[in-house]
Order: sequence, then C-alpha cells, then structure tokens
Amino acid sequence: MRLTVENVGHRYGATEVLRDISLSIGEGEIVCVVGPSGCGKSTLLRFIGGLEQPQHGRVLVTGEPPPGSLNPLTYIFQDFALLPWRTVEGNVSLVLEDHGLRTDRARQIIDQVLARTKLSDFRKAWPRQLSGGMKQRVAIARALAVRPAVMLMDEPLSSLDSQTRELLIDDLVELWTRERFSACYVTHNLAEAVRLGHKILVLSRRPGQVREVVEIEIPLSERAERTLELERLQRRVWLSMREEARQAEMELSDDA
Amino acid sequence: MTHEAVERGIVAAPSPGRDAPARPVPFRGGGFRPRPLPFVPPLVFFVLLAGWELGSRYGIISNIALPAPSQAVAAFLDLVRTGMLWTHLGASLHRLVIGWTLGTALGIAVGLSIGLFSLARAGLMPLVSAIFPVPKIALLPLFVVWFGIGEGSKVATILFGTFFPTVIATVGGVDNVDRNLIRMGQSFGLTWLSIVRKIIIPGALPAILSGFRISISIAIVLLVAAEMIGAQYGIGAYILMAGSLFATDQLIAGVAILSVLGLAIAWAIGRAERYFLNWRV
Repeated sequence: MRLTVENVGHRYGATEVLRDISLSIGEGEIVCVVGPSGCGKSTLLRFIGGLEQPQHGRVLVTGEPPPGSLNPLTYIFQDFALLPWRTVEGNVSLVLEDHGLRTDRARQIIDQVLARTKLSDFRKAWPRQLSGGMKQRVAIARALAVRPAVMLMDEPLSSLDSQTRELLIDDLVELWTRERFSACYVTHNLAEAVRLGHKILVLSRRPGQVREVVEIEIPLSERAERTLELERLQRRVWLSMREEARQAEMELSDDA
Repeated sequence: MTHEAVERGIVAAPSPGRDAPARPVPFRGGGFRPRPLPFVPPLVFFVLLAGWELGSRYGIISNIALPAPSQAVAAFLDLVRTGMLWTHLGASLHRLVIGWTLGTALGIAVGLSIGLFSLARAGLMPLVSAIFPVPKIALLPLFVVWFGIGEGSKVATILFGTFFPTVIATVGGVDNVDRNLIRMGQSFGLTWLSIVRKIIIPGALPAILSGFRISISIAIVLLVAAEMIGAQYGIGAYILMAGSLFATDQLIAGVAILSVLGLAIAWAIGRAERYFLNWRV
C-alpha cells in the first residue's frame, strides 16, 4: 500500500499552518518529517491518518492493505494514549474488541504482540506502574496488534529520556528489519530522523512548506555503526533548517 | 573544578576548618506533610464525651440546654426497645434510597447526553444552570401540591436535589476526559458506542463518584427537611417531635443517628471508589 499526499494546505483561522505539501510513502519505507516547532508537522500527520481534513489538496491511498490488516493507518502518539483504567493486555485488547475478536484469536494476537515487544511478563500491569519507555512499548504492541500497513508516529520518543530513546530506536530498527512496515515519523529530533528515515522531509517554519528532501542510502541495520556518516547528514539537515528554527523560536504563538 | 576531578583525587579538595570551624548545613526541609496519628481521633471523641458527661453530672451544663450523653444513649436504647428505631429508620431509608437512586440515575443520563450531544448541551445546560442554585426545599410546598403530602413530595424533593449536582458532576467529568484518548479511539476505528463505553464513561467515573459524595449529603439534608413537614415516621419527624416536646435527649439521639447514617454512606462510597477506580494509586 502506498500513501500519497498531494498539495496539502491548511489554515486555522487567520494562521496558515501548511502550504502545498506533497510527499509519498512507499511500501516498507520510513519517511521522517522534521521542522521547527509549530511548523504543522503533527497537523500533517493527522491529515495523513484521516483524523482531520485539509482545506486544500488531498491524501490518497493506492493498493490494498495486506490481508488481515484491521486498521491500515495506525498511530503511535507522543503521550502514549493508554487507557489508565485498563491493564497492558486490556489496552491491546481494546483495539481488537470492535473487530469481533474477543476470544482465542484475540488472546493469540495479544500474546504474540506482547512477546514481540518484550512485555509478556507485564500483561497484568497498570499503565501507572510502567516507565515511559514501557508505556510506549505497550502503544507499539497495540499498534502491531491491528497489523497496520502504515504506522503514523507523532514524536513517539520525545517524552522519553535519552537512554530509553536509544533503546527504543534499536527496538524500532529491529522491528522494521523483521516486519518491513512503512511509516511516517514526525520528530523534531534530527538524530532520530537520520537513524530511522529512508527519506527525511525538512519543513520550513509556519506556514510549513517542503524545504528539502534528503534521501539516506545507508541500510537501517548498519546505521548504529556508521555514526560518522550520520553525523555529517544530521549536520547538513540542521544547517538547512537552522535559520528557520531560529526565527520560529522568536515567534509569538497563540495556540498552546 | 569538576566533581569527577575531586572524586578521583586529581585535585585536592580544600580541607575544611583551617581558618573557619566546619558546621553542618542547617536543615530547612520537611513539614507540610500530614502523618497519620491513629490514636488521636478516638481520644478526641472520648475526651469530648467524658467532659460533657461530667459537666452534666456536676451541673455545669444545664440539663435543659443539653442532656448528658448517657441520657441520649438511654433515649436511643428506648427507641431500639420499642422497635420504633426500625420504623423511623426504615421510612427514612426508603425515601432516601428511592429519591437518591432515581435522582442520580436521571442525573447521569442527562449529564452524559449534555456531555455528548451539542443539541442537548445547548438546550438543557442553561436550564440546569438556572435551577441548580435554587434551594430545592423552597420548592417543597409546590411538590406537596403536585405529588401530595405523602411519600411523593418527599421523594421528589430528594430526587430534584440530587439530580442537578449529579448532572453538573457528570458533564464536568465528560468534558475532562483526555481528548487524546478519544482521538486514539477514533484512530483505531472504534465505534462511537465503544468510545463512549470504554473511554468516556470510565474517564468520567472519578468525577461522577465524587459527585455522589455531594449529592448524598444534599439528600440527607433534604430528607430531614421534607420529613419535618408532615411525616408520621422518619428520623426527621422523630427529631421534630422531640424538639416540640423539649425532649432534648431524643433530639440528640436522632441527630447522632443522622451522623452515623452519613458516615456509613460515605464509607460505602469510599469502598465503591476503591472498587471502580482500582486503576488509580
């Protein structure tokens, strides 16, 4: 399944947040979207997953989702969005119940995704008992349970400390190597972008426009070793957005 | 000079106390944290009752103004012996249970629809806001006209009194449900009913349960007030009768029954909270 964004633009009241954005996400491809704060990255992601509608342009899907996919476009949120009144397995089960999967089949899926995210020992735990990294792993398990065609990740590692972030990046790389999911990965962290992205879309400050598209050829699995090359790439992306970030920093914002 | 350098001993730490004597840093933290003192509450009760009893016995407290606790206990035992306790308590609990249950059930239903539907919000919220601050006891004469002097008017008073705070608590609870959780539900393709049942109602439950605490105490106030206007049996009627006969021992016994009733209900709500909200700390 491929996702194509065509000339998307949007304004909230008098503020134009996005202007003429086009991008495509191919099968098994991770596209990272970076840009200064307030450039409309998260808004773009909400358009892609159909949680909001853009005023201009459109978001298109081509091809069929893989067989057995319950929710082709699946989000992973920055704040994890776990229900505090459900246990780890209850949170995963939540997204299966509406598909009539309650019994053995659901149990199988839950066992499997918890094993894949190394959470099998914590199935009865409450979200409040888990660390930030564990919570995000539960959210990833929940996303895997519906067999997504495209993962839409909204700053998934931004509320974690840097060591947990490192660990989860390794987990995500391992997961991608096995599952070859496609993803749109929104972040403001350039180090994450160069570690995980096949393609990096650099947006300008508000109204967000595509400033540059950086393609990275190095295979994901080798990136942990080839730090020097990544460093250079990261520097290049940074230089192209530095001035924008500086100006965005000086802007007054009306929306919190 | 860095910490590491000092620890590794590369740089010698300046030795204290050559010219000035070393002294400990004054402690400024602590406090502002209540700690449980389990022996204090019973002690306070005991001292209060003992002082009261002694004061009555030695004539410091006039028996006309305030009967001794032992007299109130005697009046209570009298109630138990004659079996009138169950008649009064039964009549009161009957009104309280029916009025409060109907009031909160309707309140939750209306509160949820105001929380979920814009039309209900626009149509009903101004009405609720307008009637909420009216003391329902002022409407009691009207209820007597509408529902008769019997049980109907008393139940209706309690029903109306508990309905409005429950609506307000429920609407507040629904409005405070984390929007990100709802968006999460939508992003996974959950049905509208699933989102309401599995995300909105559990999310609003803490607010609804704390609304129960308020509505139950309002219900007890209204119960007593309604029973003071034309009821044969009931704790309120008992207190009123005792008051008009200057039987202050019975009056104190009646008030103590109300206090115990309130405490018992608060305890039950506490248990319900622990059961339904076991996912919180």
